[in-house]
Amino acid sequence: MAEQKTVATTGNSVVAEAFRQCAPDVVAAYPITPQTTIVEEFAKIVAQGRVHTEYVTVESEHSAMSACIGAAAAGARVMTATASQGLALMWEELYIASGMRLPIIMANTNRALSAPINIHCDHSDVMGARDSGWIILFAETAQEVYDNTIMAVPIGEDPEVLLPVMTCLDGFITTHSIDRVQLMDDDSVTAFVGDYEPQNALLDTDNPVSHGNFAGLGGPYFEFKKTQRLAIDCSKGVIERVGEAFSKLSGRPFGLIETDMMDDAEVAIVVLGSTAGNVRYVAKQMRAEGVKAGLVKIRCFRPFPVEEMVSALSDMKAVGVLDRADSFGAEGGPVFLETRSALYDLESRVPVVNYIYGLGGSDVRLDLIRTVYTDLSDIAAGSASLHGMQYLGAR
Amino acid sequence: MPAVKDYVTKNKPTWCPGCGNFGMWEALKRALSELEMEFHDYSIVWGIGCHGNGADFTKTAGFHALHGRTLPVATALSLTRPDLKVIVEMGDGDGYGLGMGHFVHSVRRNIDLTCIAHNNQIYGLTVGQASPTTEHLMKTVSTPDGVLEEPVNPLGLALAQGATFVARGFAGDIPHLTELYKEAIQHEGFALVDVFQPCVTFNKLNTFTWFRERVYKLDETDHDPSDHTAAFNLSMTTFHELTCAPDECRIPVGVFYRDTETPTYNERAVATDAPGYKRAEEVRDISKLLDSLG
Ligand SMILES: Cc1ncc(C[n+]2csc(CCOP(=O)(O)OP(=O)(O)O)c2C)c(N)n1
Ligand code: SF4
Repeated sequence: MAEQKTVATTGNSVVAEAFRQCAPDVVAAYPITPQTTIVEEFAKIVAQGRVHTEYVTVESEHSAMSACIGAAAAGARVMTATASQGLALMWEELYIASGMRLPIIMANTNRALSAPINIHCDHSDVMGARDSGWIILFAETAQEVYDNTIMAVPIGEDPEVLLPVMTCLDGFITTHSIDRVQLMDDDSVTAFVGDYEPQNALLDTDNPVSHGNFAGLGGPYFEFKKTQRLAIDCSKGVIERVGEAFSKLSGRPFGLIETDMMDDAEVAIVVLGSTAGNVRYVAKQMRAEGVKAGLVKIRCFRPFPVEEMVSALSDMKAVGVLDRADSFGAEGGPVFLETRSALYDLESRVPVVNYIYGLGGSDVRLDLIRTVYTDLSDIAAGSASLHGMQYLGAR
Repeated sequence: MPAVKDYVTKNKPTWCPGCGNFGMWEALKRALSELEMEFHDYSIVWGIGCHGNGADFTKTAGFHALHGRTLPVATALSLTRPDLKVIVEMGDGDGYGLGMGHFVHSVRRNIDLTCIAHNNQIYGLTVGQASPTTEHLMKTVSTPDGVLEEPVNPLGLALAQGATFVARGFAGDIPHLTELYKEAIQHEGFALVDVFQPCVTFNKLNTFTWFRERVYKLDETDHDPSDHTAAFNLSMTTFHELTCAPDECRIPVGVFYRDTETPTYNERAVATDAPGYKRAEEVRDISKLLDSLG
């Protein structure tokens, strides 16, 4: 076990601290609310000489991710952070990072996308990047932010994986609230993340290689993509393995999903991020009232933990999926689409309904979550029928 | 005719008390009023930043664009609505950082619009990081060791790229700024007014006092605004050692350069032809060609 100390801190500070402990060679970033304090704190740490990182201020997120890509291709351990429009502006580069198999670590402080302008939490930013080939982890609390950030390094850098990892934390809710966090000692983290052994680094000038060359018309593009798919599929086992080792070190359990009160549950809510806390609280209340309520929190969204979701949900009488992002024009939000698709091959049909909630930071009140459980209980009891996606609590 | 007080919405400004944006806002309203602008005569496009919050307080058929993306929107407005005076309000981070590509290309096209830069030499809205115009070596939250790069020289850049009206203002001199705005709005072609706008909250170096001790008016000198080389040379003298004394670093404000001869993109686009969709080729009979292919 690592030596640990308990501190009161914010999600963003925790990212900066985890970055310091993982000792990236390069951090390139551009400020955007609510990510800003991550990079500011990290800049201070660099200036104090507490980490030896080349810290690059750039003029846009497109440049930030481009600089990260250049550095990672050169063989560096690279980290950055962004949110919302920043992530959207990186879109082009996200695919380069994953396609070139560069294990860049990025904290994304989930924030709504324009228009209209909004700076508060939802998941529409990361959901726009869900097919970009990045491994995507979500955190409920600042503690999980810390743990995910550290685990991201050996996950992404595993030679079987070599993929960029995005660690998501909910804007303001997790980024700016003070939370209780256990931090591990530096030596334990250093040993846990290990040294990065880049493959085919550009700076290995004795063995020159070029990156990013043309692979069209008869070239190996298609096969490249296949290996990329194999890599992200294979990352699932690596994430579990790293999670297990991390649990031993920290004493905190980690799973691709976290199930709560699911042993005898009949109705369950599936959720990502900080809202899991609200759901857990309401589920306990519902249990006191005789509703067999449970909760499935997805910690790893990419790769999507299909088997784990199936085994958690296959006996449910009704499942409600909470989506903090809409997939406009689709049948429901992204988490709903994945979840229902995962359950499709089951013999028995599990009713799954979808609720879009909390867009642009709109309040996720406990009474709203209660209506979801009540709705699910009615569906389970047959007194209500399955319905299409609903905007939870929208006026 | 709207009076100065009419160019506002019912929303009250959210800027920090004492912010340079107030002076710029007042000058803009005065300029619009003195130019007798009705609401259907102008349109304003804002970027994202403290300056952009003006979108909520200013009465116009306006557009609050993405961070860095004012000029493309304004270009479209200018080209499709020649009856409007199009005004851009951009930040130094917004316009000279993320939107720098648009700036250079809008200048070289000589799009008919007025580009007002709220140059507070800092990222205000995201609370105090270095911007592309922050002084070399200045310490900010994003640059605790000081800024490594030389700042962008907006006026020099615009001049080098063929801007036809280039001026600098100071938010602390509203009457002077009003006159610059009036001239810029009336100018046909790309008119840049880069305005030193003290951010009283996050830029503790370039304050009102700092500028007051250093600015001097070009129209009180023998500067000739038709002299491109002189204007360019002048633009090169605004970057200072952080510690430079007021009598050593002087800051010219006023019209650096004015060229009323070069045609605007708007004129050239109209002169060459009709809009693209009207220029489409006549439908041609290709059956012979098809026959030849068997
Ligand atoms: C793509 C993108 N990246 C980052 C941001 C965050 N952001 C908002 S305003 C701003 C900088 C503001 O500085 P400036 O343009 O100088 O305007 P000021 O606030 O000083 O008026 C930044 C970085 C954003 N809105 N969009
Ligand atoms: S932060 Fe600076 S620029 Fe923004 S409103 Fe306050 S004083 Fe003005």
